Amino acid sequence: MYQTTYHRPSTVQEAASLLASAEDVKLLAGGQTLIPTMKQRLAAPANLIDLGRIAELKGITVSGGTVTIGAGTTHAEVHTSADVKAAIPALAKLAGGIGDPHVRHLGTIGGSVANNDPAADYPSAVLGLGATVVTTKREIPADDFFAGMFTTALEEDEIIVRFVFPVPRKAAYAKFANPASRYAMTGVFVAVTGDGVRVAVTGAGSDGVFRWMDAEAALASDLSPSALDGLSLDPSGMLSDIHGDAAYRANLVKVMAKRALAALG
Amino acid sequence: MATISLTVNGKAVTATVEDRTLLVQYLRENLGLTGTHVGCDTSQCGACVILVDGRAVKACTMLAAQADGSTVTTIEGLATGDQLHPVQAAFREHHGLQCGFCTPGMIMAAVDMINRRGGALDEQTIRHELEGNICRCTGYHNIVKAIQAASAEMAGMRQAAE
Repeated sequence: MYQTTYHRPSTVQEAASLLASAEDVKLLAGGQTLIPTMKQRLAAPANLIDLGRIAELKGITVSGGTVTIGAGTTHAEVHTSADVKAAIPALAKLAGGIGDPHVRHLGTIGGSVANNDPAADYPSAVLGLGATVVTTKREIPADDFFAGMFTTALEEDEIIVRFVFPVPRKAAYAKFANPASRYAMTGVFVAVTGDGVRVAVTGAGSDGVFRWMDAEAALASDLSPSALDGLSLDPSGMLSDIHGDAAYRANLVKVMAKRALAALG
Repeated sequence: MATISLTVNGKAVTATVEDRTLLVQYLRENLGLTGTHVGCDTSQCGACVILVDGRAVKACTMLAAQADGSTVTTIEGLATGDQLHPVQAAFREHHGLQCGFCTPGMIMAAVDMINRRGGALDEQTIRHELEGNICRCTGYHNIVKAIQAASAEMAGMRQAAE
């Protein structure tokens, strides 16, 4: 790892002003992606701002049909939260399938979503549930947040503070995990809300997480796995690597969407 | 440079380290606690698992500076004098190791899962919980047996104490 300068602010405001004033800076959330990347010398920020000790970034609250999760809340905390399990069980289940127990003890929802890894789990829940991303500057609807692989609408000096998830009528997440890394080869999050059905796909698209609009349209009138029978995805928009080529992934999206629908109950 | 103060295996320590120092480097190179191993350098193998504030984490994927103010337990901190921790004793009894390189991380992960879940653990749960720990000898069968035995014994000890 190259030299870096570590900063530990204790409030969001302090973190934001450090971020605005420092050059060549990265925010350190749980560090479960950033630190390995720095160890490989694929990232070498001159300054690191550790968000790990900021109390206002932590915690889960449920009220008025929404679940609010602080950006610094760990995967383990979301997975084991009685509130999340009661309101959006699919979200608790998703969090428990990220990485391994040690990663889940440190990794955070804010870090995962800000990084927008094309194979990460959380972006599919944020997009599938139509969550709102609340930052130090504004509120960003999920549909406007994800902007391609490892890219988001976040500005250079903007920090995610929390996520507001509307509680769906029902939801399910089905993931085909890479057996070695546990990242999603394909993960499909299906949510049935008052406004209709949303289907968000991670791990498969070459631009990162996306909504499968054809599936949403088909499910509007028939919420069963067989409603997807006549549909197919264009492989040209899919990731292709040693774990699975584009055609394989295009098929896998449909398979995992059907499994998610079957799990809706 | 960062000045850090933490509690390691019950002892208060203070040090000045480079900001980029990994917690595992600090433990091994500054404190001489070489029981915490570095197996992969890519944050996948779990040989470096320790407890930070009671939770299992990978010491290779955390900066020493992040641990400032924390309480750390390494494999060296488990035994009480000559008396092995029940998980250590179970690994010996059930031969839960071959080359031994992954053993410290396996044991710390086992302590964490038993503390967190409580009660006697079944095989499926243990195998699922060990997703972050790799044994290159593929000696998982006896590792799982050892954790199963230790979890049952510790559940019994808890009951006896109540």
